[in-house]
Amino acid sequence: MHLHKYEKIWLTFGIGSLVVFLLILGYGAFWKGTHPQSHGVTIDPNNIQAYEDFKPENLGLTKVDDNQYVVNLIASAFNYDFGKDDDGAPVKHIRIPAGSNVLFQVTTPDVVHGFNVAGTNVNMMVEPGYISQLETVLKKPGIYTIVCNEYCGVGHHMMYATLEVYE
Amino acid sequence: MGLKQTEAVTSIGTYPISKKDAKLYMSFMYVAFISLFIGGLMGLLQTLVRSGKLTLPAGIGYYQILTVHGVILGLVLTTFFIIGFQFSFISKSVGISNKQRKYAWLSFWVMLIGTIMTATTILLGKASVLYTFYTPLKAHPVFYIGLALVIVGSWIAGFVNWHQLYSWKKQHPGEKSPLPAFMVTINMIMWFIASLGVAVSVLFLILPWSLGYTATVNVLLTRTLFWYFGHPLVYFWLLPAYMAWYTIIPKIIGGKIFSDSLARMSFILLLFFSIPVGFHHQLTEPGIEPMWKFIQVTLTMMVVIPTLMTAFSLFATFEITGRKKGYTSLFGWFKKLPWKDVRFLAPFIGMLFFIPGGAGGIINASHQLNSVIHNTIWVTGHFHLTVAASVLLTFFGISYWLLPHLTGRKLTPQINKLGIIQTYIWTIGMTIMSTAMHIQGLLGGPRRSNFSEYGGTDQAHEWIWYQLAQAVGGTILFIGIILMVYIFIKLTFLAPKGIEEYPLAEEEVDAQPTPAWFDNWKLWIGITVALILFAYSMPVMDMIQNSPPGSPPFTWPIGNN
Amino acid sequence: MATKINKQKHVENETSNLKGTLISVMVLGMIILISWFGVFALFLSR
Repeated sequence: MHLHKYEKIWLTFGIGSLVVFLLILGYGAFWKGTHPQSHGVTIDPNNIQAYEDFKPENLGLTKVDDNQYVVNLIASAFNYDFGKDDDGAPVKHIRIPAGSNVLFQVTTPDVVHGFNVAGTNVNMMVEPGYISQLETVLKKPGIYTIVCNEYCGVGHHMMYATLEVYE
Repeated sequence: MGLKQTEAVTSIGTYPISKKDAKLYMSFMYVAFISLFIGGLMGLLQTLVRSGKLTLPAGIGYYQILTVHGVILGLVLTTFFIIGFQFSFISKSVGISNKQRKYAWLSFWVMLIGTIMTATTILLGKASVLYTFYTPLKAHPVFYIGLALVIVGSWIAGFVNWHQLYSWKKQHPGEKSPLPAFMVTINMIMWFIASLGVAVSVLFLILPWSLGYTATVNVLLTRTLFWYFGHPLVYFWLLPAYMAWYTIIPKIIGGKIFSDSLARMSFILLLFFSIPVGFHHQLTEPGIEPMWKFIQVTLTMMVVIPTLMTAFSLFATFEITGRKKGYTSLFGWFKKLPWKDVRFLAPFIGMLFFIPGGAGGIINASHQLNSVIHNTIWVTGHFHLTVAASVLLTFFGISYWLLPHLTGRKLTPQINKLGIIQTYIWTIGMTIMSTAMHIQGLLGGPRRSNFSEYGGTDQAHEWIWYQLAQAVGGTILFIGIILMVYIFIKLTFLAPKGIEEYPLAEEEVDAQPTPAWFDNWKLWIGITVALILFAYSMPVMDMIQNSPPGSPPFTWPIGNN
Repeated sequence: MATKINKQKHVENETSNLKGTLISVMVLGMIILISWFGVFALFLSR
């Protein structure tokens, strides 16, 4: 099979670019730990309360150390459950200081959902039977919309909350 | 002797299309264009609803019309057009027997019955699960049975295509498969192997569960089997466009096929690498090992290579043809392409759309970069560039000559002009809509969502502007659809009688002979299966062995009790 | 002998003839690189 000289140049350039992409991604993923979430921890979707982190009192934002936070929540059709505030009202807004380390833990008792802090890299599928987990540093202050970005039913677009990153 | 030999090598479209054949191929086209109209109307409604300017009349759900849009355009229009076109394409090069035609009709009816079954459940509001039908949302069982029938019907078409080539080879011992037959065979092998996954998922996991024979379903496994099928599905759409780009376009611009061997090589590479890559649709899922995700990301990069080859072949075809006509300056050949011939213009703009489409695809599949865009409306923008612009404009480009060729009419200068206007309308509408989707996606706007202010955040407020732009684009596109349906009616029933050519290009007389090893089907299938086993065995075993408790069916979230 | 000369001439012609193609595909390559690194920068900044 005959390849034109210019086609050889082009394919070398093209394949070279793909290799560079893979090297950058591979370095980031395997050395810097920026894999997309792949936690692999299973949970019984019919009994998520049996799991310590998803007991009602452990939902929402918890400060575990200096600059170290955990956010536990349950995604269900069509609601994000961040627990209740002191007055007993459901929490729909959480505040985290900029630059702190945050671990998000999400699971669902019903169908597949999405969990996306819009405008950040916190973007996960939430599937029954699994715990979705992502650790990140939220750098830029601002108010972010948390949206369900996987179709979960007729009220899918009404499933949201807000996250404030403050200085 | 010399002359005769040349003829044997270069003529790949020697079999005429009879009236009986034409009727068969046209049947597929009718369904395709009716689907285009219905699906396009649903698309228009979606963009209008999501702009916040329209509320659907009582009883019709946004996600119901979204399901219609996805199923009827992504699965019905594409599959019917492709099977119909491929039948004409392969039969032109190897012929079709009476018996084969009978089975081809069987494939048509099975697909049609399946389509009607699925469509009925969606229209009754019993299957608003979108075209990906992710469990544990449960549609009416008939929805799944209908989809299975569409796939089984397309398999019958594939078996007929393979048999067509097989009978031709028996009559022509020692000759290489004609290029069109080779390409159709590859596409149907890929389609068969890929759709086995979704067939297993539907028949053995989802259907028994939806009928109540099994209590729970393994959600991750059904998702994985869907995407094992879902990515080759997009290549199943793309390969017929490549067929036209490699073998039809050169003829229309007055040139020859750039390289028969390179065309075959790129099709073989597409067969190898389009299937073992489904995880790049599942990168942000919790239950798959990151190592296996990365392996499939690497394989995804491999599937880019045949497209890089295709890009070179296409430009080279244009340049060589122009140079032969005597244009010597660096880009003189480009100016002299037949811009006023819609048979060229529509597919050419389709090719241009594939440049941002392909670039976006590489980004989507880039492991951790996927979290920037996953399930945002960027993805919707991406596949509207690839399938709804590149592939569809090429299918329109095919229709301008295939329809009159089959109906015994002519593509008149007036219809040609309408076609050119249609092409520009489509280009403008798609550019506006897709660009708005890409930007909104980078800003975090979700896909597959009804209009929402998300509690009134600034971000959500910003998204609405892009949704308005999408409604503008969507409206322009719908005008394009009305015009295309009008052109379809013209070419099918009203255009003056005459003979429209089936423009199949030939090889250069002095082209290098294609090596015989290209016809080594067992080897190609063997490598394909080996790659699939490598990419999927371990992770799928893991999904089954370490699966969490399964999920019961859920019907109330989609509005059923 | 004659065919050999013929072949050489053929190859030379080809090389000079496909300059436009090479430039076109390289432009395409640049589009791929720019958009990829653009989104990569966005990923890093977020």
